[in-house]
Amino acid sequence: MAESAVVTENLSKHFGAVKALDDISFKIGKGELFGFIGPDGAGKTTLFRILTTLLLPDGGKATVEGFDTVSEYRQIRRISGYMPGKFSLYHDLSVEENLRFFATIFGTTVSENIHLVQDLYSQIEPFRKRKAGKLSGGMKQKLALCCALIHQPVILFLDEPTTGVDAVSRKEFWEMLNRLRRQQITILVSTPYMDEAGRCDRVALMQSGKIMTIDTPQGIRQQFRKKILAVKGRDMFGLMKILEGFPEIERSYLFGQSLHVTGVSEALTADDLSARLRQQQAPDFRVEEITPDIEDCFIDLTATRE
Amino acid sequence: MRTVLLIIQKEFIQVFRNRMMLPLIFVVPIIQLLIIVHAATFEVKDARICVVDHDLSTTSRKLVSTFEASPFFQVLGYSADYKEAEKLIRANKADLILSIQAGFEKQLLRERYGQVHLSINAINQQAAGVIQAYSMMIIRDYNRQLIVDWIGRSTPAQARMIPVEYAYWFNPELSYINFMVPGILVLLVTIIGLLLSAMNIVREKEIGTIEQINVTPIHKYQFIAGKLIPFWILALLELAFGLTLGKFLFDIPMVGSLWIIFMTAAEYLLVVLSYGLFLSTVTNTQQQAMFLAFFSMMIFLLMSGLFTPVESMPAWAQEFNRINPIAYFIRIMRMVLLKGSGVSDILKPFLSLGVMALTTLLLTVWRYRKTV
Repeated sequence: MAESAVVTENLSKHFGAVKALDDISFKIGKGELFGFIGPDGAGKTTLFRILTTLLLPDGGKATVEGFDTVSEYRQIRRISGYMPGKFSLYHDLSVEENLRFFATIFGTTVSENIHLVQDLYSQIEPFRKRKAGKLSGGMKQKLALCCALIHQPVILFLDEPTTGVDAVSRKEFWEMLNRLRRQQITILVSTPYMDEAGRCDRVALMQSGKIMTIDTPQGIRQQFRKKILAVKGRDMFGLMKILEGFPEIERSYLFGQSLHVTGVSEALTADDLSARLRQQQAPDFRVEEITPDIEDCFIDLTATRE
Repeated sequence: MRTVLLIIQKEFIQVFRNRMMLPLIFVVPIIQLLIIVHAATFEVKDARICVVDHDLSTTSRKLVSTFEASPFFQVLGYSADYKEAEKLIRANKADLILSIQAGFEKQLLRERYGQVHLSINAINQQAAGVIQAYSMMIIRDYNRQLIVDWIGRSTPAQARMIPVEYAYWFNPELSYINFMVPGILVLLVTIIGLLLSAMNIVREKEIGTIEQINVTPIHKYQFIAGKLIPFWILALLELAFGLTLGKFLFDIPMVGSLWIIFMTAAEYLLVVLSYGLFLSTVTNTQQQAMFLAFFSMMIFLLMSGLFTPVESMPAWAQEFNRINPIAYFIRIMRMVLLKGSGVSDILKPFLSLGVMALTTLLLTVWRYRKTV
């Protein structure tokens, strides 16, 4: 991380009484694939809109590639690619026409820059005469990414690109981002899916307009010093009820197929918990210690802050 | 420049790709001209008369038959009772009652003086006015005939009357169509221009494409120009189409120069389109834009003198028309088409339109924000 691509200092924005961004400061290095992870309403879109110069901050400042988002917005618009959360290409223009439109509006041509998006475009090329509104979700997303890249931006803002996209397309999309990173483009991506965190170089966990932590996915897992015990059983609801009654348990929550449990003290082991559950005559269960997931960290951070 | 051309090209593709658009652009003017021009007329035909003749004399019958002979009246029936006749008016079956009292003829012969009574249904005051004027004309003619018949040509009574001859300038036959068509054409380009432009930017807002446009380095004026020019061209073509229809379907007079018409239209459309785009920038949904567009169009249109003469409006309304672009354009259209006014005659309204065009255009460019 030699130079910073994006720097924010004490950035704030509120809509009425709601604080959408609350005193946010961070630095993103050039060429990084950086993820903002948080639930809906965490402030991800507001942050992206400020960085793409669509929104003015109420406090603090932000720079993109050294340009101030307020006073030097013109330069930023020239060098950045933006893919809003909502599909926002022209439905009634064809794939080709959309691409040409966005190339021309940035003062370049499709043929000049097509090599940048060649492997992406080759996937939608068979449909180049089709109207954008008639494409499938995954295709739309590829087209949107093509349009955001066609003017050779040095920085790319992708606001929830994988929301509402099927699992296969999501996987493909992340692979494309990985290839793009090799072209030295800084990529900022936001997502509500915790499982996508592992694909980023670094992630920021956001909640209620604040950044709770910024680290590599690995680092975030390591920050989490607590032991996570996974409880599995036939009667999950019954197990949850029993666990809620244990004073030595800090919290327990449903996580996929199992219940994740953290103890009040580090001393609580899988064996201890098994013994306690047996005492309560819990039927047919299994307890094991697992490595924490990003989501575990997120839940812990959120709970701690509250 | 390339960017502006790009937006223009994009808008044209979108307009013509919209299946509703082409029929709308070409069918609407035909329907408007055919329907409104024929329907919206002040002429009253076949006003239904109920006659209450208590005199039943030769003179009274002659009067009734004069009404019968007129193309504007149709005798519905005779009634012996005025109350009965009133019922017909209340039931909206008759438009007026012509009542002649008993002794009408005698009185006329003896005292050289007679009276008839007219009751007119004035639910529609405009129609009532017209019916009254027609009736008065018939009675006056009849009266003159009586004088001639009874007193004979020997008396100089006729000579005492001052004959009035009318000559209607610029519309010698008082053709309602000649009066309406230029106005309807204004209505036409206004509707097309205002709706297309008002719905445009807000549509991009609704779909979300504006977000993608806003992050590009495009300038505000480029964007507005790119949005304005396509509709400007379309509306001018529409006017040309409407004028052609007017010429061939109704043979409306085109005394003045078409150049002046199109110059004025070009200027007028700048006002309409930038106002439409302005509405589009201040609203968030197409519905809001549509309401605002219709609301303002109604007001400007009804105040403009398209249907009712501006001269009969109160002073404040006439003042209002100083900022009413539709009023200026209708005036110029009628002046040039019917009267053949030249540049010097229309210079003042033309310049006023110019000021309005510049103001609304600047307002729109200023109001359009690339940030949200």
